Formats: sequence, structure tokens, C-alpha cells
Amino acid sequence: MPKIIPVPDELSQPFWDAVNEQRLVLQNCTACDKLQYPPKADCQVCGSADYLEWKEVEGKGHVATYIVIEDGRLNRRMLDQPYNLALVTLDQDPTVNFYSNLPGVPPYEVPLGAAVEVTFEEVAPGQLIHEWQVVE
Amino acid sequence: MTSSNDFQWRRDRDGLGVWEHRGKVAVVGYGHSPVDRRWDEVNLDTSLGAYTIMACEKAMEQAGVTIDQVDGIVCCDSHIAGGSGGTASVWAPRPYFDPPYDSEYGLTLINAQWLINTMGFKNVKFAPTGVPTIGEMVGMASQAVGDGVCSTCLVIYPTGNMEGRYRRGGENADDYARGARQWTVPWGNHGGNDFINIFPHRQYLMKYGGEHEDLVHFVRNQHKNGMLTPWGYNATHNVQPISVEDYIGSRPILNPLRIWDCDRPVNASAAYLFTTSERAQDMKSQPVYVLNHSQHNFAFRTTQPDLDEVEMWTDRQAARMYEGAGLGPADVDIFNPYDGYSIMTQFFLEGVQWHGVKRGESLSFYAGDISVKGPHPFSSSGGNLGNGRTRTAMYTDSIEQLRGTAGDRQVTVRAETALCAFTTPSSGGWLMLGKYPS
Ligand SMILES: [Zn+2]
Repeated sequence: MPKIIPVPDELSQPFWDAVNEQRLVLQNCTACDKLQYPPKADCQVCGSADYLEWKEVEGKGHVATYIVIEDGRLNRRMLDQPYNLALVTLDQDPTVNFYSNLPGVPPYEVPLGAAVEVTFEEVAPGQLIHEWQVVE
Repeated sequence: MTSSNDFQWRRDRDGLGVWEHRGKVAVVGYGHSPVDRRWDEVNLDTSLGAYTIMACEKAMEQAGVTIDQVDGIVCCDSHIAGGSGGTASVWAPRPYFDPPYDSEYGLTLINAQWLINTMGFKNVKFAPTGVPTIGEMVGMASQAVGDGVCSTCLVIYPTGNMEGRYRRGGENADDYARGARQWTVPWGNHGGNDFINIFPHRQYLMKYGGEHEDLVHFVRNQHKNGMLTPWGYNATHNVQPISVEDYIGSRPILNPLRIWDCDRPVNASAAYLFTTSERAQDMKSQPVYVLNHSQHNFAFRTTQPDLDEVEMWTDRQAARMYEGAGLGPADVDIFNPYDGYSIMTQFFLEGVQWHGVKRGESLSFYAGDISVKGPHPFSSSGGNLGNGRTRTAMYTDSIEQLRGTAGDRQVTVRAETALCAFTTPSSGGWLMLGKYPS
């Protein structure tokens, strides 16, 4: 079944534009030298919007933990059940994390601690989302 | 008559010191409606409106307070299967009945104005709109009474449930993810507290050891306490405590989260009556005193809160509550944390350090004697797992334990202070009650 399609808003448009170009860009506060994802109106450390910029990051991370969705509430994903939902931390800043269905990994067989790299998946014509793939 | 809610009343920062109204506000009554699994959409005697009126009348009757004496109403505007739309989105509009059931209000939604009109309150001067959940409402009422905004205040928490799968439909049936959902829903997270807590819970097991199934001791104990709670869903429907085998064999939802880790949605209403400690002396019930209320609403630093973040949040909640109440961990006799998903309760227990339980020690604590008659009567209410998803058992049990009226649930240890909450690790509020005002 197809995944649910994100709808960019004013704040997130640059993020999704980059994803559609197969690049992962996160907010970065140049004053605090801190990455931020999902995007917020202000830097969560210094509270200012003045030093926030978009910064391309290296799409490398690790699987921190995971669950298997067996009885979720999202109609569009019902037929996918059971499916993995992993928590991936970004190597560049492990306090930043992402969700992933870990394409290619059978349910319940998630390698904890494994290295992953970003990949991009089309969820609607012209709309990609960022996903993560286990590095062999 | 109806004022807006400006949130100035909140005690939601670190370092606020002892609450200025400590011991000067009292709870003098509570009332529960029957707790049904669902409303059938036909019987007006069992609608959320009828049940809310019943709960209010019981709370007033307990204290000997009349309609004319009530000058504050803090009522959560609804609580039908929550904000995610769900089947709520297809429940209305419907063919309506005669007044007061001529709109959705009274059937599946309740607000202060409907209650004022229907019950005939004439002297209400404080009836905020946009009221949050019970976890914060009790603090809001405590502060309003302490500040003199009103003197006798009803707090009402209706929880509705009807036919259909819970919170299906609405935006959960949408092909698109908007707003905050764009960061979670494409990967399958609909954004509930089950998801928020299951990841830190798994990290907890990895860090401290233990198996998810070790929670069965806690879940079973909640069921046992629920069977000792005469008004709750389990006791009124004879839901016997599950066995270890039942639990382990039960249906996974968000594996390892199982169906028995989740509370049961119900159709019910509860009311509490707050007043000044001074007025409480002339009422017919035994007052219990509010020693502090506190709230929190922590922003997620990234997509998913992790164990470190959850532990930091619950440490800060505990510190705020203890500071405002002028008490410490060793002073808390009765402890009723939130348990709507069994997987989050350990975070509160360890943050509050009740009975000396430190980070990573909850599962072994659960495996010991946590029965109400033992030395560690943890969550003596049975919570939501033991009574259905009313989100109020924690408050009622705390009041009853301090009054000594908890019946078969009455603890054998000292019962002079009680800490209770409807809260998640990131948002909600705590309430500290005392048998004595100081
Ligand atoms: Zn900054």
C-alpha cells in the first residue's frame, strides 16, 4: 500500500523541496551550531530565528530501536501490517532522529544498532519522502 | 459569564517555590456516573449529558452544596474519542432530540454553558472555555479558588465512546499528512501516546534490562485494584484480572505493546468539587486539601522523544511538584500516576522516586508486593487499566484513601498525602493532596 503523502507548509517547503531533489537538509542554527529536525520557527536552543539556515547533512545514521505496527489507526497503511517502524539517529548529531519503515527488512527482523543510510521513496507523483536503508 | 482561558493560572515553570495557596483549597466532593463501554446513541438516560449531570449531582450531594452555591464550572469541552476525529467525525450531524438534547451538546459533547443552561446554575461567574484535560483542570480549579476568582468550583471530565473502532476515520483516514503529522504519519505513526512512549520504553528495556512482559505484574495489579473500585468499568462488568498467560498471549498493537497495555475506552463522566478550606469546614463531607498543583508542556527536541528526554522531563515534573508542595519523595503516601498505556508509568514512578524506586528499578518493584494491603500500595486506584479510560480513578482513589473511605482498597500504610495525575511524560499536570492543610 502507498504511504501517506506529506503536505509541505511554509516552514517545511525548503525541506521537502530538497527531499524531492534527493537531498537531506536540516535546519541549523549558526549561533548555536545545532541541527534541528523537524523544522521549527525558532532555534530550540537560543530561541532566535535569526541564525537558522538550511544545511545539507550526510545521510548516515543508526537504528536505535524499533517497534512493529500490527494494529495501527492509519487507513492507508492497514494492508502493510505488520510493518517495522524504526527509530534512526543521525550520526552527525544523534539527538536528531527520524522514523523509518526500513525498506527491505522483514518485519521483526530489524538489526538493532545497524548502520543505515538515507534513501528516497516516491509516495505520490513528484513527492518523495526520506527513508533509511540498512547498510550491508 | 463565560470567560476565556488565558493559561496564566498554570504552575508550569521550574523554581516557582511553595504554592501560595498550599492547604487553602480543598476537594469536598466527587461523583461518578456509571461507566459504560459505549453510548448506544438512543438512550438519553445514558448519554454523556445525562451522565455528567448525574456526576455533578453526586459531587454536590456529597458536600451538601446546592446549585446556587456553585460559582465556578471547569468543564472539558467534550472528550469524544479525542481530537483525532476518529469516528467522531461521522457521529455528527445526526437527527437531534428535544431540548436539552437538540444539538451534539449533551449527547457526545459537554461544555460549561450547556451545563449551566440544563442544570440551572444561576451564580456561576467562572466558566472558562477551551479547557484542557482533567490533568490540568484540577490545577486550574485549585488556582481559581485560591485566587478568589470563584469559591465553589465544579470540575467535570466527560469521556465519550460510541460504536466503531477507536479513532479511526477523520485525519487517520486521510491520504495526506498535514501540519505536525507530516513528520510522523508517512512512516505509520498516527501521533498518539502509544507511539510517543513505546520507543523510550524499548530503550528502557535495552538500558536497564528486563522484558516487556514483566509489565504483567503491574497490569494485573491494576486489574485487581479495579475490581475493588465499585464504580469502575471492571468491577461493574466483572472483568476479572488477567492471567500471565492471557497477557503474554494477547494481541499485539504496536509490538511489543499489547492490547492489555492499553486502557479501555468508555462512556462515562466524573465531577469534583473544589472550595476554600475555610468554607470546607461547614460542608458535610471530609475535605482533603490541595498542597500543590503543577503543569508541564515540554517541546520535543526532534521527531521522537527518547529515553533521555523522557527521564529529564519526568525528573523536572517531580522537582516542580515537590518544590511547590514543600514535600519530598519520602513524604508521599498514596501514589496514583497515569497508566493509560502501561509502558509509561515506570517513567513517572522513577521520576517521583516513590518508595525509593530509582531509574531502572520499576520492573523489579512491580514484581514485588505492590498490592493495596502490602507495604508498597502502588497505584491503589487501579488507574485506567483497572477502571476504564475515565482518567479520573487516580483522583478519586487519592481522595478516598486520605479520607479513609477506600473500602476494600484502603491501604494499610500511612495515608496522609497523595500524589495523582493524568499526564504524559511531555504534557499534563500533577496534583498533591493532603489529609491535613499543612
Ligand atoms: Zn540557536
